[in-house]
Amino acid sequence: MNDKNNGVSASTTSTQPLWLLAEITYRCPLQCAFCYNPTDYDKHTQNELDTDSWIKVLRQARELGALQLGISGGEPLLRPDIETIVEEANQLGYYSNLITSGAGMNEKRIDALKEGGLDHIQLSMHDITEEINNFITNTKTFKLKQKVAAMIKDRGYPMVLNVVIHRYNIDHIKEILEMAEGLGADYIELANTQYYGWSLVNRDQLMPKKEQVEHALKVTNEFRERVGNKMKVFFVVPDYFDDRPKKCMNGWGEVFMIVTANGDVLPCHSARVIPNLVFPNVNDLSLKGAWYDSPAFNRFRGDDWMKEPCRSCSEKENDLGGCRCQALLLTGDAESADPVCTKSPNRHVIDQAIKDSQNPGVEAKPIMFRTTENSKKIAEGDEKDRLAKFHATP
Amino acid sequence: MAIETSDIYKLAAHHRFQWEKAQDCYVILFPEGMVKLNGGAGEVLNLVNGELNVELITNTLIKKFPDAPDIAKDIVGMIELALDKAWIEKIN
Repeated sequence: MNDKNNGVSASTTSTQPLWLLAEITYRCPLQCAFCYNPTDYDKHTQNELDTDSWIKVLRQARELGALQLGISGGEPLLRPDIETIVEEANQLGYYSNLITSGAGMNEKRIDALKEGGLDHIQLSMHDITEEINNFITNTKTFKLKQKVAAMIKDRGYPMVLNVVIHRYNIDHIKEILEMAEGLGADYIELANTQYYGWSLVNRDQLMPKKEQVEHALKVTNEFRERVGNKMKVFFVVPDYFDDRPKKCMNGWGEVFMIVTANGDVLPCHSARVIPNLVFPNVNDLSLKGAWYDSPAFNRFRGDDWMKEPCRSCSEKENDLGGCRCQALLLTGDAESADPVCTKSPNRHVIDQAIKDSQNPGVEAKPIMFRTTENSKKIAEGDEKDRLAKFHATP
Repeated sequence: MAIETSDIYKLAAHHRFQWEKAQDCYVILFPEGMVKLNGGAGEVLNLVNGELNVELITNTLIKKFPDAPDIAKDIVGMIELALDKAWIEKIN
């Protein structure tokens, strides 16, 4: 596809960033154990881009061809300027999506967002039980979410629910789907936890058993058959239990562009874990320069960077070697095959992780919730033992 | 479901259809997804507007593209696909 791309200098890529994800703040009142935000998010909460910078980002990305806009975080509603940003997005012709926990939503704001042209709201839900919801988010947010779901429906937005799946809710999938149906959801994403950021720190405590995943998929398929087109159900398969890796981000620098709270421009959420890669920042470089010409975006485009066994693999186009961040975090080499692949010489680290997650001694360690205090602890090296098996701080 | 020449369709709720300069094609946007429509597909869906029935859409496109062979069949095929994907819905 990008066979002229030598991987380090100016790219001849013909790709366009169709999806722009604005991680507009890393501040969040929830403390979810599975959050994929970086564990050092705390350092990015002091230097957030201002409204004018975000408007500049939206304009530049739109010129590059971006169409889908996700406004995410942290909790984006902690910013008072979301309404202004949504209005600009609408005028530019984006299909805009507010990705929220519901915290900070109220009647006045949801009306203003509708008025400003917000196309849809993706609400995170956690379980049918108040107990699990409050446990995994470490906050009392169950009733809030039910209230916000009703508000979304009432204002005529498409209702899109996102449920991160882990061992504490995976056996409730049937009930979760029925709850979504009852709320009138149009779409639901059952996102099996992917292990980055906080979820990697808590991997042993979150990972379900293979049999649970298989059962969840069966239940999901039965539900799909029953409801048909009325509700779309996405089931994000957990890659650890698969024998081939996911085509992460649909390819590095192929369709996704992420701009973080402090203006870093990334090809994927967790790319900053890869050492010796300098990511462009919107304060220094245009998005056009970042997408087409930055060494970071060209680093893993196409397949010229691949090593064996990926390089000569007949299936390399299917997954492009999987996830670069997962390869780095679990093997220490961002150019190696994603260890999920059974052709990878490092597959044993995945099998060991699955075993560890079922070892009563390992899994009994307490969950580290996503808090500023824990972020500081990790940064200061207090959790060395827990993180020793990873090749970078997630 | 068989497509009748008298059928009228419109874009499904929560979907948006627009011309994209950067991609040089029409697109359909919806929650969590988008579809780029190649030339012919975009021309068909551009006329699926809740007013024209399939016969009128076909006549319009035959006039616009007089040299395209077998266009009526392609139009029905495209409408079938769009219906199957729930991008459009029948209103009569």
